[in-house]
Amino acid sequence: MATGEPAFRVVCGRRGGQVHSWFLAATLAVGALLAMAPGLARSAVGQEATPGTGPREVILATTTSTQDSGLLDVLVPLFHERTGYDLKPIAVGSGAALELGERGEADVVLAHSPAAEEAFVAAGFAGERRTVMANDFVLVGPKADPAGTSGAASAAEAMAAIAGAEVPFVSRGDESGTHALELRLWEESGIAPGGSWYTESGTGMGDTLNIADDRDAYTLADRGTFLSLRDRLDLEILVEGDRALLNLYHVLTVNPANGPAVNVEGGRAFLGFLLDPATQEIIGGFGLDRFGEALFTPCADDACVVPAVTPAPPPATPAA
Amino acid sequence: MDELWRGLGEAGRLLASGDGEVWGIVVRSLLISLAATAVSLGLGVPVGAGLALARFRGRAPMVGLVHAGMGLPPVGVGLLVSLLLWRSGPLGGLGLLYTPAAMVLAQAIIATPIVAGLTLAAVQGLDPRLRLQLQALGASRAQTVGWLLREARLPLLAAVIAGFGAVISEVGAAIMVGGNIRGETRVLTTATVLEVGRGNFEVAIALTAVLLALTFGVTLALTLLQQQRRS
Repeated sequence: MATGEPAFRVVCGRRGGQVHSWFLAATLAVGALLAMAPGLARSAVGQEATPGTGPREVILATTTSTQDSGLLDVLVPLFHERTGYDLKPIAVGSGAALELGERGEADVVLAHSPAAEEAFVAAGFAGERRTVMANDFVLVGPKADPAGTSGAASAAEAMAAIAGAEVPFVSRGDESGTHALELRLWEESGIAPGGSWYTESGTGMGDTLNIADDRDAYTLADRGTFLSLRDRLDLEILVEGDRALLNLYHVLTVNPANGPAVNVEGGRAFLGFLLDPATQEIIGGFGLDRFGEALFTPCADDACVVPAVTPAPPPATPAA
Repeated sequence: MDELWRGLGEAGRLLASGDGEVWGIVVRSLLISLAATAVSLGLGVPVGAGLALARFRGRAPMVGLVHAGMGLPPVGVGLLVSLLLWRSGPLGGLGLLYTPAAMVLAQAIIATPIVAGLTLAAVQGLDPRLRLQLQALGASRAQTVGWLLREARLPLLAAVIAGFGAVISEVGAAIMVGGNIRGETRVLTTATVLEVGRGNFEVAIALTAVLLALTFGVTLALTLLQQQRRS
């Protein structure tokens, strides 16, 4: 032993320089970890000027269209500026957004799936539910319109024409607000969709539009996402303006009883921020520069529903 | 195909213009993946070396587990880490969900079996007489393991490359536990998914080009290091 050990060390020492440089990569990686530590600490703890006394991080579970359209990129920094809260938007379908709220994994929910939202409120999962903004859904499809939907008197009738002609239709199939509306329209038209012409994409609105475009298929889209993609698509708006296609976005605060760490104050602050006249004005102007038309109509407390664009009674529950 | 070329042009333009957001995404991707790779090395190398050198009951199933783990589906790992980190989950009190730390954790879980498996193969690939000789020279157990790992450094570098490559290109877990939050957890892969959804294919292609360049750059650096040792 005593004679063996020094020999071993000599060998080690001779090649030590090379061996150490081998660990360059590992050292780099550890350095990266350290460099990130302040950021991690900040995001996990948060000790800057806090609004009120609660945590300054607010998790928003939202429908994808608010992120895909770019609206959140405008609202998130503004919300921080106005209130000091850090908003963390998690973009999922409306169904999943409500599910996150139900579990208390989010503090506030932005959704556009009225029936599901009403069920959410009825079950006591929400603190407050208010209308924020609106746009509308459009039925889009190939220019040639093989099912002849553009002559239909209503959206449901157009859907029936698609099913009747068995031309391809792409469904979101993801329990999003758009999917919920689609299912409602099928129900209204008395059709249980299925068969080789009916595809469920299981993806967001943008991807679904791309798939529909690729397959010369019809699909239902919110106008905002369609406008943002229109230049790249051969699809056209074929049916619009039906009252059933009104798309109302609601903000719902989460009942603190839903989970262990719901940031009630933060959720309320975001609700207040969205309904604030200054924010409403920004929402109303969003998209004008990029698309030549606004993507959303500000609609705090259903203010936008009353104007007689479509002759219908002012609804408390618009599309039930 | 026009879009591809325009996308590549866009990539050059975005980087050259010093676009803060894009550079932020690039740096964030690199830091998160390097940190995850570092963690996976810390765990995977000892596990791999241990499995290669030790003989104990249950070793074979453990080796099988490591090998199976080399193909862990990232979305599955993302879901598991989400369940752990949810506010209502066992680690919810840490408040880590939707932070870079959560992404490092998920990616480290993905990379650790890869590193362990390749370490195992690397150490097992050594001449068994080397170990005997080291012991004959009076090396302690720790010295033996250390020396064997040094001997296996070339294939070990391949383990680093494979681990890093797996995590920087991964999107399923990153989007699930990170949430793709702008300025915080948005990395190259998740930003690409978002831009495709938005129909900004050129930006998406640009981000992918940057990701490829980054992966290639890091891999090349490690490979040069590896091959230099050979000569």
